[in-house]
Amino acid sequence: MKVSMTVNGVAVSHDVEPRTLLVQFLRENLGLTGTHVGCDTSSCGACTLILNGEAVKSCSLLAAQCEGAEVTTIEGLAASDGTLHPIQEGFREKHGLQCGYCTPGMIMSSVQLLQRNPNPSDQEIRHALEGNFCRCTGYDNIVKAVQWAASQS
Amino acid sequence: MGKMIGESIKRVEDHRFITGTGEYTDDIVLPRMTHAYILRSHLAHAKIKSVDTTAAKSADGVVAVFTGEDVAHINGIPTGWQVNFTDGEVMREPKHPLLVKDKALHVGDGVAIVIAESKEQARDAADLIEVDYEELSVVVDASKALEAGAPMVHDELPDNRAFDWQLGDKVAADTGMAKAHHVTKMRIRNQRMIANAIEPRSYIGDYSKARDKYTLYTSSQNPHVIRLLMCAFVLGIPEHKTRVVSKDVGGGFGSKIFHYAEEALVTWASQQIARPVKWTAERSEAFVTDAHGRDHNTIAEMGFDKDGNITALRVHTDANLGAYLSTFAPAIPTYLYGTLLQGQYVTPAIHVTVNGVFTHTTPVDAYRGAGRPEATYLLERLIDTAAAEMGMDPAELRMKNFIPAFDGVEQPGYQTQVALQYDSGDYEATMRKALDVLGYNDLRKEQEEARKQGRYIGIGFSSYIEACGIAPSAVVGSLGARAGLYESANVRVQPTGKVSVHTGSHSHGQGHDTTFAQVAADHLGIALEDIEIIHGDTEQVPFGMGTYGSRSLAVGGSAIVKALDKVKEKGAKVAAHLLEASEQDLEYIDGKWTVKGTDKSIGFGEVALASYVPHNFPEGLEPGIEFNSFYDPANFTYPFGTYIAVVEVDAETGTTEIKRFVAVDDVGNVVNPMIVDGQVHGGLAQGIGQALLEGAVYDESGQLTTGTYLDYAMPRADDLPSFEVDRNVTPCPHNPLGVKGCGEAGAIGSTPAIVNAVVDALRPLGIKDLEMPLTPQKVWAAIHNANA
Repeated sequence: MKVSMTVNGVAVSHDVEPRTLLVQFLRENLGLTGTHVGCDTSSCGACTLILNGEAVKSCSLLAAQCEGAEVTTIEGLAASDGTLHPIQEGFREKHGLQCGYCTPGMIMSSVQLLQRNPNPSDQEIRHALEGNFCRCTGYDNIVKAVQWAASQS
Repeated sequence: MGKMIGESIKRVEDHRFITGTGEYTDDIVLPRMTHAYILRSHLAHAKIKSVDTTAAKSADGVVAVFTGEDVAHINGIPTGWQVNFTDGEVMREPKHPLLVKDKALHVGDGVAIVIAESKEQARDAADLIEVDYEELSVVVDASKALEAGAPMVHDELPDNRAFDWQLGDKVAADTGMAKAHHVTKMRIRNQRMIANAIEPRSYIGDYSKARDKYTLYTSSQNPHVIRLLMCAFVLGIPEHKTRVVSKDVGGGFGSKIFHYAEEALVTWASQQIARPVKWTAERSEAFVTDAHGRDHNTIAEMGFDKDGNITALRVHTDANLGAYLSTFAPAIPTYLYGTLLQGQYVTPAIHVTVNGVFTHTTPVDAYRGAGRPEATYLLERLIDTAAAEMGMDPAELRMKNFIPAFDGVEQPGYQTQVALQYDSGDYEATMRKALDVLGYNDLRKEQEEARKQGRYIGIGFSSYIEACGIAPSAVVGSLGARAGLYESANVRVQPTGKVSVHTGSHSHGQGHDTTFAQVAADHLGIALEDIEIIHGDTEQVPFGMGTYGSRSLAVGGSAIVKALDKVKEKGAKVAAHLLEASEQDLEYIDGKWTVKGTDKSIGFGEVALASYVPHNFPEGLEPGIEFNSFYDPANFTYPFGTYIAVVEVDAETGTTEIKRFVAVDDVGNVVNPMIVDGQVHGGLAQGIGQALLEGAVYDESGQLTTGTYLDYAMPRADDLPSFEVDRNVTPCPHNPLGVKGCGEAGAIGSTPAIVNAVVDALRPLGIKDLEMPLTPQKVWAAIHNANA
């Protein structure tokens, strides 16, 4: 079946099997491999992206459900001139990543967090990111990265 | 040029990760690539009576199907370490086949591989394979597997043992225990853990018929080791015609050290079908096929004289190895465990015995810390329990028994009772600093007050030591390692003065692109931007033993320093020629060779260019500047520290809240404090996860009941506190950087601190011990039973 949507500002359209997940559509059909898969139970959050303004886990949606949607992935977060989003800067400034595998999902969840709560407390950040696993950092520097980004606006 | 070593330089590798442009193995797409799915046994022990692949072979998109029969002629997965029985019998190494033919020995054992145009087609076709199993009896616990009449894992091995092992002086330990005024004896279970790197294992085999050459892309911590094991021991293919590439790897924590069957399978299958073959684990598959960690059943006793001085330590452990021997498996519960039982203490006599035991479970191997967390956990539980039993303060009892400070230069290294010689240490200093940071005395008062109000606050200590910087080849060779554990480096100076540093270490989160560049920048006096660190490709890096055992900087970094020294030596020869001076009259400062006492100098870049444009080089001076080095360490390194956890247990719900966590480490010199803090944080999180949340559980039938992220509880952001980390510095005396390693410390030291804190909180209720993980349910039950 044919699926069409706008990904990072670009209109895309592909023929896919009906069972194709949104994350597969991005990784396999569009070659956007920044969105990662870390589990098969919607538990890890590595595949988190922004769909129509909401952070969602793209492993738990069919591509077909996203017909006509606006999708932003990690590849589309920086400005077109390459200027990084403050959350991206924050992760680098505060060493909020190590292996980098959970990072795209963690960043996308953080983007939504700051949209909803521009000045979150330590506990509010930890609560908002509990859908995203990180096995490397112990989360401490991720919390600091989000706080750093919050302090930029 | 500013000094780089010691600075918290922001990581140069971060840009690709924060923009989604990292290159993990599953991101790689090759022309004509096929996809593999592996059909696995859902039973823990079963005879395979027949495998019918007829329908699968003719399913849509299927390119090939191979079974255990098809790969029966191929060697099994080898073990890298030989630990023989104490009576001299050679270690038992049953074949670990790429796919099983006659019997499945654990849930997840591979039965067939289906290769198709898409992953979905491969998975659909695998559903069409009919396997006729005959279910057999199962044993999952190491101690039960040793009992008479226990189900046998390998038909030829009636007692299920791979080896037994001992270390230390039994007579002295027995004597020390006999004369002890007080003995603390505990039964300790160190539960099975699953590393759960967030990137699942992923491999692509790519055989080129035109060049008769194999390429394996693998999410590995040590591509050269995989190449050697796969070429020489499994497939029998030429090493010089095999390239192994590990680009970005999404965490390892030990689980990606080992050579796995799927690596050899995709490589072999690619040659069979003359197309690339990709396999990526699904998470539920990773749970039953990634090597697990820990899983020790231990009885340990520590004796004390009437003043609280340790007189002896006796330990017996049944170590679960799973169904087959994984790459490092025999070394973990022996040479990386028994040798650490001295801890930070002057223990005059130690004896340890270990059984390495097969069970119908996933193979067990190194997981962050590997053997050292198990040793530290039992020591720190024993000494804490002993303090309570003897009515002593746990910090004071530790300090009374600490080995006095020694720097390994003025004072010699400390010879333990269990084979190792510690390099340098000041154990009391890290304890005192931790007590200061915590404000110990005030906290004890606070604890007293809280108890009066019916609140349960606990303070838990852990003073750990570890052996890392693995390892001197001669030492590990004498202990049964089948490999040397040196590291290699190559430094290539480009004509423009830019420098490519090739390292056999592998970064899967550690930040080598940054720290190694800091080391090279300082040594050459050039800008960080002028240095590129290259790793993870056997065709670019001369050789490598990879990254595990907190060895990258201590061993890999030292190899780089050696190569940099050669670069400077050669550069001086070229500079001397260009400056028409003698080499002895030159000094190298800030990237320039200067004739001492003059203003005549020449920069690194000019020397580099001249080396590649040698129009007037004298006879005997070779063009070019490029050097290899191999560094074999003189000793292990021994980082140490004291961790203190403060918890509050809610007696109504059994929930443990970590109120504070103070970690004072001494990892020797530090190249990048920001990165070291991050490594410590991550280790703490994993160690705390083991104490409170995580644990792999098999039921009696051998099913892993914690086989998804919904059942296996890894720490999430709101399970953890903000950490208070601090450091002392006792440089390593035997490597050029004075570094000791920091990757595993947090995971080793934090687990007992948490358990000690929870037990300390609940001691007024009469609770003396709890088995990990300390889930709310378990703690609530203990409180309930104590009250009953």
